[in-house]
Amino acid sequence: MIGLSHYLILAAMLFAVGTLGVLTRRNILIIFLSIELMLNAVNLAFVSASRFLHNMDGQAIAFFVIAVAAAEAAVGLSILIAIYRARGTLNVDEVNIMRW
Amino acid sequence: METELIRWIPLSPLLGFIIIGLLNRQLGNKLVGLIGCSSVGAAFIIALSLFSTHVLAGEEVLDNVLTWISSGNLDISFAYKLDPLSGVMALVVSGVGFVIHVYSVGYMHGDRGYGRYFAFLNLFVFFMLTLVLADNIVLLYMGWEGVGLCSYLLIGFWYEKKSASDAGKKAFIVNRIGDFGFLLGLILLFWSLSDLGMPSLSFDKIKPAVSQLDPSTITIICLLLFMGATGKSAQLPLYVWLPDAMEGPTPVSALIHAATMVTAGVYMVARMHFLFDLSPVASSVVAWVGAVTAVYTATIALVQNDIKRVLAYSTISQLGYMFIGVGVGAYAAGIFHLVTHAFFKALLFLGAGSVMHALGGETDLRRMGGLRGKVPWTFWTMFIGCMAIAGVPGLSGFFSKEAILGAALGKNVGIGALGIVGAGLTAFYMFRLLFMTFFGTPHPALPPEGGGIKGEGEKHAHESPWVMLVPLVILAFFSVIGGYLSVEGVLHPFFGAEHPAAEGEGGELVMGLSILMALIGIGLATYLYVMKPGIPQFLAWRLNSVYKLLLNKYYVDEIYDALIVNPIKSISTMLLWKFMDVGVIDNLLVNGSASVVKFFGRTFRRIQVGNAQAYALFIAIGVLLILGHFMWR
Repeated sequence: MIGLSHYLILAAMLFAVGTLGVLTRRNILIIFLSIELMLNAVNLAFVSASRFLHNMDGQAIAFFVIAVAAAEAAVGLSILIAIYRARGTLNVDEVNIMRW
Repeated sequence: METELIRWIPLSPLLGFIIIGLLNRQLGNKLVGLIGCSSVGAAFIIALSLFSTHVLAGEEVLDNVLTWISSGNLDISFAYKLDPLSGVMALVVSGVGFVIHVYSVGYMHGDRGYGRYFAFLNLFVFFMLTLVLADNIVLLYMGWEGVGLCSYLLIGFWYEKKSASDAGKKAFIVNRIGDFGFLLGLILLFWSLSDLGMPSLSFDKIKPAVSQLDPSTITIICLLLFMGATGKSAQLPLYVWLPDAMEGPTPVSALIHAATMVTAGVYMVARMHFLFDLSPVASSVVAWVGAVTAVYTATIALVQNDIKRVLAYSTISQLGYMFIGVGVGAYAAGIFHLVTHAFFKALLFLGAGSVMHALGGETDLRRMGGLRGKVPWTFWTMFIGCMAIAGVPGLSGFFSKEAILGAALGKNVGIGALGIVGAGLTAFYMFRLLFMTFFGTPHPALPPEGGGIKGEGEKHAHESPWVMLVPLVILAFFSVIGGYLSVEGVLHPFFGAEHPAAEGEGGELVMGLSILMALIGIGLATYLYVMKPGIPQFLAWRLNSVYKLLLNKYYVDEIYDALIVNPIKSISTMLLWKFMDVGVIDNLLVNGSASVVKFFGRTFRRIQVGNAQAYALFIAIGVLLILGHFMWR
């Protein structure tokens, strides 16, 4: 029988994959996708918890997260384009002038 | 008996100060002069009417303006009180003040700081009237400090002149030394009265309470208060500021540094007479300081060559006489001399101002002479002033000085003898000044110091305008009749019966002696400066060391510099400035805390790598640590 813990473990794994992607990939677009992965891992945790605990709050929050993720995608992608226009690259290692 | 009119005596000049001070540029010089004079004139008229209706009828009037400080058992009200003593003082301050304001209209004509001058002068009159009319000792102290402030502002009136601003600072600092003592005395008085369960600061309430104080406490209080008086009234050892104060405009010297402010110390001692009566030690200190100062500064005045400095030393000397008077218990005589002195010394200063006006600012007696025919009004009024101060019988100075000397001789022969010697010296140096200014021939041979503009004045020496001459005539009139004003008669009931009238034992002897001394002084001056003008130079050459000593004012300024000023300066430089301020505060505290911040900044800026993923890693590690903390705690 598949229980809540299975879903949560899957969500944690997805979140870990996303986190590793954010920390290790160099291309900003990939980092961006990894962030989306993390968001969806959280969504999965919310929705499954909602289902198993018979509480609709989690699903409502999942919709909020989706809406925010859409807005974030719009803003993030436009920042990405702006960076590319300004610097001619999408490699984060080369976008590092904000330091001492 | 209460009346609200009293407050307008001091408040009217304050109003003048506010109006002139705020609207100085808008009003224009004519209106400024008008407001300045009329505010003081109004004060005089109010004072005169209240004096004649209440004080002469034997009433004391109180005007409680507001409760100033009320805290615990401390209760100080802003209250003015008109009694014989404060009434006489208020009349002198506002009357002489009014005359000098009028004179200033002419004297300060065309000065850049005309409005500023009248604003300060009005402020001074306000503080001085507050000082004399104060009903409690704290209000008196406020006036006391206020006149000191105005004195500073007006001495340094021509602040672009270094010597003037230095003189202002000197006056302020020397006065602070005295005022420190005054404040200590005030606090000690209140403290010891509180210990007796009678906390009070108003004169009426202190008076019955003081008899219960410990005699030695009273002596200490009196001496501390007198220390304030030596500063304000320029007595030994704190007199050094007054001669330098002559850097201010001459009417200021006449009003503040001759007629009114410097007499505040005398007034204060007379006001606290019930306290000084209980301490024979303090009283004799007052009298002796006065006597020694009177003779000491008179000797300096003998050889000074600056017309205003001669008058300044003469003022210190005459203040010494007043302190003799209040020191030997002849309070009425002391105040009487204060009043007559206000007339003739203001007259002499204004006359000197008129001479300077005629000569384009010249103050050196050696470059004057033969002015008698050119400025006749100035000459005759100054002549009257000189006779009055010298104690020629019939003029005001004679009566008051004789009253003091009579009381002094009755108390202590030494003090009386010093006073009589001083009287002779006074007559001599005053007539020396008169003769050097108005008699003989001008001395064109002497090159003018510091540019030729000054020396030019003599050729077209001119009499002053009437607005300056009328005050001279008024003051000359009062210098003559001042002795017949029954000041002592008004004051005697106030000071109580225990003070005998001055003409006690040996009254005729005193009168004879003082007339004799005055005549000797005048005669000697006439002989030396009119008949045989060569002798003074000869004497100065013959008695060179004495002459040098006197000319350099006994080197007191130099001694003070060496003993007090320079050590304090070097301590300030080494310890306070170089060590405390630069070393401890600037380096250790200010720069020290900055370098601590700098050190941590330099260390921790290494983590600001500018790489977004590095920051994300830090966040992830942080989250893991927090999670770990919650899981394995």
